[in-house]
Amino acid sequence: MTVQELPGAAVYRPTPPPAWKPLTDPAPLLPDPEPFRVLGTDAAAGADPELLLRLYAELVRGRRYNAQATALTKQGRLAVYPSSTGQEACEIAAALVLEDRDWLFPSYRDTLAAVARGLDPVEALTLLRGDRHTGYDPREHRIAPLCTPLATQLPHAVGLAHAARLKGDDVVALAMVGDGGTSEGDFHEALNFAAVWRAPVVFLVQNNGFAISVPLAKQTAAPSLAHKAVGYGMPGRLVDGNDAAAMHQVLSEAVARARRGEGPTLVEAVTYRMDAHTNADDATRYRGDSEVETWRAHDPIKLLERELTGRGLLDEDGMSTVREGAERMAEGLREQMNADPVLDPMDLFAHVYEQQTGQLREQADRLRVELDAEHGPNDENDENGVGDGR
Amino acid sequence: MSTAAATAGERTGRAKPATMAQALGRALRDSMAEDPTVHVLGEDVGTLGGVFRVTDGLAKEFGDERCTDTPLAEAGILGAAVGMAMYGLRPVVEMQFDAFAYPAFEQLVSHVAKMRNRTGGAMPMPITVRVPYGGGIGGVEHHSDSSEAYYMATPGLHVVMPATVDDAYGLLRESIASDDPVVFLEPKRLYWSKADWSPDAPASVEPIGRAVVRRPGRSATLITYGPSLPVCLEAAEAATAEGWDLEVVDLRSLVPFDDETVAASVRRTGRAVVVHESSGFGGPGGEIAARVTERCFHHLEAPVLRVAGFDIPYPPPMQERHHLPGVDRVLDAVARLQWEAES
Ligand SMILES: Cc1ncc(C[n+]2csc(CCOP(=O)(O)OP(=O)(O)O)c2C)c(N)n1
Repeated sequence: MTVQELPGAAVYRPTPPPAWKPLTDPAPLLPDPEPFRVLGTDAAAGADPELLLRLYAELVRGRRYNAQATALTKQGRLAVYPSSTGQEACEIAAALVLEDRDWLFPSYRDTLAAVARGLDPVEALTLLRGDRHTGYDPREHRIAPLCTPLATQLPHAVGLAHAARLKGDDVVALAMVGDGGTSEGDFHEALNFAAVWRAPVVFLVQNNGFAISVPLAKQTAAPSLAHKAVGYGMPGRLVDGNDAAAMHQVLSEAVARARRGEGPTLVEAVTYRMDAHTNADDATRYRGDSEVETWRAHDPIKLLERELTGRGLLDEDGMSTVREGAERMAEGLREQMNADPVLDPMDLFAHVYEQQTGQLREQADRLRVELDAEHGPNDENDENGVGDGR
Repeated sequence: MSTAAATAGERTGRAKPATMAQALGRALRDSMAEDPTVHVLGEDVGTLGGVFRVTDGLAKEFGDERCTDTPLAEAGILGAAVGMAMYGLRPVVEMQFDAFAYPAFEQLVSHVAKMRNRTGGAMPMPITVRVPYGGGIGGVEHHSDSSEAYYMATPGLHVVMPATVDDAYGLLRESIASDDPVVFLEPKRLYWSKADWSPDAPASVEPIGRAVVRRPGRSATLITYGPSLPVCLEAAEAATAEGWDLEVVDLRSLVPFDDETVAASVRRTGRAVVVHESSGFGGPGGEIAARVTERCFHHLEAPVLRVAGFDIPYPPPMQERHHLPGVDRVLDAVARLQWEAES
């Protein structure tokens, strides 16, 4: 039976579809195929010397922080540390492009960005040390808790930026995620929400080549991660993640664009993770030394050093001053981390609900009895038999 | 927890029949009118007013920035709500149907439930997640799940379910006013149940976390909540013919759980049956029976029994009546409370 033979077919007159046109012209959204660079190009001459020197000092401090934190894991002072060595330019730029009123949404690897934004180096490590989940007040620093489940912080950034705009506040949220995290559903949902709501958000993907052991080629078939932006109707930018000046420029532009009310941007920083995934990982199982060596030549600190010394902005003296500053920071960190944290087990029940439920009160009482039995109720220093941990 | 509805004043206006869905909508409206930080978001909540029309009229009255049709993405909706709450808003999220809340589970469990705790109390999550839940409306697959056991197993969430029109209004007002996240389970098959109710002067309600005795009795306690409350009330009426005088306790919330009201009732009656339509194995009934036993062992004349849905995926609509515990199954359990210990 053909359509014409169907009963009622004679009266069926489908209206022709209207001419189709895309909602947005994709051309201006597409990333350039080559990562954007400043250092070592003609554009570098225009870069602000003071900014470059500031970036340099922060980069060196950041690397020292990564090394110190990794050393603390070997001494058993830190449970785990995901180093961002090699990625310092991304971390530092992300922190420096934000105003005080803006918000940073870091992933678990972005301790450095949080510290560069002003967070106390020890507070930034509480999650990884294992004494508390979040050792700081997110509202005070405008830094969301370091986020362990991949990409789940991205919709939070969108919601916060959206709420700020509804309130008429001039606030931008910058959210960080790894290349592996871009495969998660939350990444997609966050980008889509942000674009539809024109939320003032900057998404920064640090493509460091691997998700633990899995290389980018097994993560995506897209030409680049920045290309993903086009499908949502936002611009994608590809940038050399080891070029601190380029990172700063691209992120600043994205932040400015968001602040102007023009909506979100997806920035893909092409970088490399020089260390293993964490101190507990063995990177030799999935990558060869020669690959690491190739990237060593493209080290973010070396790139900037070359620029600064070439322009006569930095000499051996300047470098050692910066290194000394970093060393003092590391010493302070070491010292503070060598003190045992004082914890109050009663804190376990303190912040589950605004008001403790009867159930939790009973359980807290039970733990109290156990603790008293362990320490003796009349401990000299503390009548509860435990430190107060605050 | 504040008692927003209780302070709204005693009922004085003229009561007219209202449905549970209307009372819920009214609670949203009143909360939004009172507090400019309350935002409603979800799929089809704006122009359409929600597939059950609970949000009808909100977008018109408050604009689409207060009542927002979002993209179709549950994790995105709840994840965005987390960020909104971080910035001081009070989001009320609608999940279109129980089983469609599962994509948002990660956000609910890892962030909504834990944010207060992981930030040492610095960052509460005043989010209400409204979930039309449960069966009995002839819905096809994925439209009739009872998901309360998943939620109640997640510390940090309140799990609340109204069974009356008054509670639909009052508990939703309380949930929205709460600084802790609330999973608010709306029994779908009670959406169109009616009561005499005056939206102009809402009744005062008990706050979240208190159970209430809906029907006093002396010979056994039926412990229930949400969609099974009317079943239990009907069973209690029917049981009088057999000489049973049943007390019916409506839990109203599973978290917090009101041990006191429940235990006091069972101590009076000496016998108890827990009734709910979600599966029995690993379901709320097991937890409730254990709590009752721990508290009332010496008062019990018989084991605490459970009447629950079968341990099967929710059945197709033409079969659901076999799954849902009805009056007969409740009465059957009550008869089994004539416990003779095996010697
Ligand atoms: C939802 C989720 N799945 C799995 C993990 C375990 N995990 C931790 S880090 C990681 C790899 C992440 O790779 P990427 O996003 O590229 O970030 P990078 O580690 O390179 O910074 C995985 C799989 C997790 N944290 N969250």
